[in-house]
Amino acid sequence: MKNAKGPVRLLQGNEAMVEGALMAGCRFFAGYPITPASEISELMSQRLPALGGTFIQMEDEIASMGAVVGASLAGVKAMTATSGPGFSLMQENIGFAAMTEVPCVVVDVMRGGMSTGLPTSPGQGDVMQARWGTHGDHPVIVLAASSVRDSFTITIQAFNLAEKYRVPVILLSDEIVAHTRESLVLPSVHEVEVVNRIKPTSPPDWYKPYEDNSRGVPPMAAFGDGYRHHVTGLVHDTHGFPTERPDEVKAFINRQFRKITHGAAEIQMTRRLLLDDAEVAVVAYGSVSRAVHRAVLRARENGIKAGLLQLITLFPFPKKAVDAVLRQCRSVLVPELNIGQISREVKRVNLTAKVVKYNRIDGLGITPDEIYGELMKL
Amino acid sequence: MTVSMAQLRDKYLRHDKKFPHVWCPGCGIGIVLGSLIRAIDRLDLAKDDIVLASGIGCSGRLPVYVDLNTVHTTHGRALTFATGVKLARPELTVITVMGDGDATAIGGNHFIHAARRNLDLTAIIINNQIYGMTGGQYSPATPYGAYATTAGYGHVEHAFSIAELAVAAGASFVARGTVYHAAQLDGLIKKAVEKTGFSVVEVMSNCHVQFGRRNGMPDPVSMLNWFKDRAVPVGTAADLSPGELDGKFSIGVLADVDKPNFHEEYRKIQERAGAFRET
Repeated sequence: MKNAKGPVRLLQGNEAMVEGALMAGCRFFAGYPITPASEISELMSQRLPALGGTFIQMEDEIASMGAVVGASLAGVKAMTATSGPGFSLMQENIGFAAMTEVPCVVVDVMRGGMSTGLPTSPGQGDVMQARWGTHGDHPVIVLAASSVRDSFTITIQAFNLAEKYRVPVILLSDEIVAHTRESLVLPSVHEVEVVNRIKPTSPPDWYKPYEDNSRGVPPMAAFGDGYRHHVTGLVHDTHGFPTERPDEVKAFINRQFRKITHGAAEIQMTRRLLLDDAEVAVVAYGSVSRAVHRAVLRARENGIKAGLLQLITLFPFPKKAVDAVLRQCRSVLVPELNIGQISREVKRVNLTAKVVKYNRIDGLGITPDEIYGELMKL
Repeated sequence: MTVSMAQLRDKYLRHDKKFPHVWCPGCGIGIVLGSLIRAIDRLDLAKDDIVLASGIGCSGRLPVYVDLNTVHTTHGRALTFATGVKLARPELTVITVMGDGDATAIGGNHFIHAARRNLDLTAIIINNQIYGMTGGQYSPATPYGAYATTAGYGHVEHAFSIAELAVAAGASFVARGTVYHAAQLDGLIKKAVEKTGFSVVEVMSNCHVQFGRRNGMPDPVSMLNWFKDRAVPVGTAADLSPGELDGKFSIGVLADVDKPNFHEEYRKIQERAGAFRET
């Protein structure tokens, strides 16, 4: 995929996410207009019909998320895209998707501030909402894109992980990533690995839609496939019927987390830059990691042994990769466009390590100069 | 050919689901379930090709007992899930079952937009004029002056006329029935499912436990009599003055119009965009 030979395209992050989604097999999109995510809806509305797919603009984000889950229940890969205020509205049905193990991808192009906030400014304030936004203990995978190329490749990975583990995958972007235009060579569909959910092969009468197996991920029949079954947001037994039996409840909830834990090595994606001999390091994600990249190169030019650990996967939090950096480096900088949501996760990995926060919450991005200045202080 | 109740039960109810059901003795929802099953049976649809979606509340528990593709969604959102299912697999027949609070309070926005959009779905709204499962709080369909656990001094809001709301919002087919007029209800649901486009059947149903008990009708029979006394056939209602219709409601088919439906129109967009073309 790295040596893809196709025409060079000049795309913004939002557009690259659409290309990635379509290549991953997404054929249903429901959304509601919101800045800075609207281009995803617009391009989906143009591209999906020709592929036999469906775009629909719903009456709000609650409905968008409901329609996405419905489409996926009927066997079609589905996605929605929004920003903070809409992401808040989606939480209810994201929880339903987690509870019923319906694969889907939710893009949150983060903007600044709480409430209506700063609609056209970048932010990273939705990180913890992406992990814990819907009520109750629930499994979820959260990924973060940092560039136009990421927006393409990580969107494909988001679909693959959703299909493989039957979970909603939250794909975080931000206003900078979404609207920056960069060149991208799109691979052909044959060069891309696309994962599809496993369907049952047993006779319909034997099908137990929520039966455990070694991976903890049961095969998923689509409505209309002849495997009539029940889907409910209530805690359910292996047949899908509501249960309040403590032993069944416990087994059900435990499986939700076990399936993610089992896949952790594959799910937890990070990117290492100049870390092998690093004495100081930066842990970053999203657009901020772009600024760090440049700052680290400049620091190296000036004899400072700096490195970058870029988090692609935010949750399940890549503890092992972070721990290795914390053990090796004398101090670690965590710059974020929030008041320090991931820095606390980094600190939790190793309470004795020196973790330094650097935060902006004024609607502006973080520049390489600022990172370089902070690196000098470490 | 008449099919016996036992045959219908064996064919459409789930034997692996542990009965008894959650509903109170005498609840009207059982009558609606019976009508729905009879309507589906008369339509001769394959069970594999039907999706039954519900929201939350007593009505939300209906699908779990029925041997179809069933989904018990979040409160008020049944139509949004149904929209996704129908667009992903248009060949499926998609029916939603909702309560009055479910469909017109928390799900009110989805309801009017589904009617406006005219996707080929059927919405059965079981209107018992109260939130039953949570203990008798007033709903958007609770009549002015009625008593509820959150309206102990008498209700000061005015009720939605749900079927009329559906007509105004643009539904292709709208009917109202009651659980007293069960034979008529079979036919109304059948017509609604058959109709291409967004179809609504509002069913006046008894919650004698949470509504009737606080409003002088503490048993199913008194509530069924209330429906019997207040229901006026649509044709008769047209000849009555507003004063004569006060406190009454019409039953029968309120609207049956043909207009382009979302799926067929979207199919044209797909064709224009180049989908389904031989390459």
